Amino acid sequence: MTILLFTILVAAGSFLAGLLGSLTGLGGGVVLVPLLTLFFKVDIRYAIGASLVSVIATSSGAAAAYVKEGFSNIRIGMFLEIATTIGALLGAFIATKVPTQAIAIIFGVVLVYSAYVSRKARPKSEWHNPPDPLATRLGMNGSFPTPEGLRYYNPVRVPTGFGLMFGAGTLSGLLGIGSGAVKVLAMDQAMKIPFKVSTTTSNFMIGVTAAASAGVYLNRGYIDPGLAMPVMLGVLGGSLLGTRILVKAETKVLRVVFSLVIVFLGLQMIYQGISGRI
Amino acid sequence: MAVIPKWTDQRVEQVVGNLLRTGVTISAAIVLIGASIYLTRHGMASADYRVFQGEPNDLRTVHGIIQRSIHLSGRGIIQLGLLLLIATPVARVAFAVYGFAAEGDRLYVGFTLIVLAVLLYSLVGGS
Repeated sequence: MTILLFTILVAAGSFLAGLLGSLTGLGGGVVLVPLLTLFFKVDIRYAIGASLVSVIATSSGAAAAYVKEGFSNIRIGMFLEIATTIGALLGAFIATKVPTQAIAIIFGVVLVYSAYVSRKARPKSEWHNPPDPLATRLGMNGSFPTPEGLRYYNPVRVPTGFGLMFGAGTLSGLLGIGSGAVKVLAMDQAMKIPFKVSTTTSNFMIGVTAAASAGVYLNRGYIDPGLAMPVMLGVLGGSLLGTRILVKAETKVLRVVFSLVIVFLGLQMIYQGISGRI
Repeated sequence: MAVIPKWTDQRVEQVVGNLLRTGVTISAAIVLIGASIYLTRHGMASADYRVFQGEPNDLRTVHGIIQRSIHLSGRGIIQLGLLLLIATPVARVAFAVYGFAAEGDRLYVGFTLIVLAVLLYSLVGGS
């Protein structure tokens, strides 16, 4: 295959991944690495490097739109970024030490898990909590606009959230994904932060977390310009288009289909990892 | 005298949001320029990413990437765009230090400096 053809095909695949990821809210990053390793036979370390770059691009590109809505909480985000960035460094370090087969298997398990979480009905989280002393000291209590006026919330269990975020950061650095699912889990379920605030704050954090591990990947020579170029441009284009048509599209069926694709790719990654083909 | 608006979380975030979007736009443009040079010169060569070799040293460091970009290497210019993209969230965190300082929030100036230190460590010395 010539470089030109390879570039066009990878850009087209990445565009589709970015579009579906943005339409379903599941993120394009999760399907990128399997796409590159399973179909384009790219070494998983190059694939992870390229994926990290695209994660930064989509997170930063979407941030401006989210900020206007006034949902994200910059203090919660910044405090938890201490955990995610240190975790991301650890993850990037682990990635250089463990065999690629192990990375592929972990990747597959995370894919299947995130598809499961996205299908599961989310229990209505209680966020009418009394102020938590630690969260209050950290200035995390906040409010967000609703049609009925401002609603106030008080995060709880800050240490648990911090610990989960460290894990999310490690996964992000190891696998080159945004780990949005784990981040939202930590904020929405553990810290009882309202879902809209969790998702928008998480999007803000994803770019910073990915930048922490991308630096290490760049230094180690895992970011190849010829591969990262079509991936980044494709995913960015796809996700920008996705946010434009998000309001009109019927996403329920799409979410089911995309979840099935993710499960299939996850099982493939596990199988290929175990049989040593990656 | 012009009225300088007070720094609030909301205003800091708006400036930050625009900063991020600008960073992404500029880096995507640089990557596109690099891509056109790279594909014009090497488009017909065969692609092979099956075997991991790692990038040469001058595509790994800030200094090397700038050197290659000056010599109009397509891969060098793409890498420069990617480097700028990675630096965008770092700039965002650096700006947040300033924002929290302007609000007089010392605790969060401290937290943000920790995050900034981790990011700079990964970019400069993380290997």
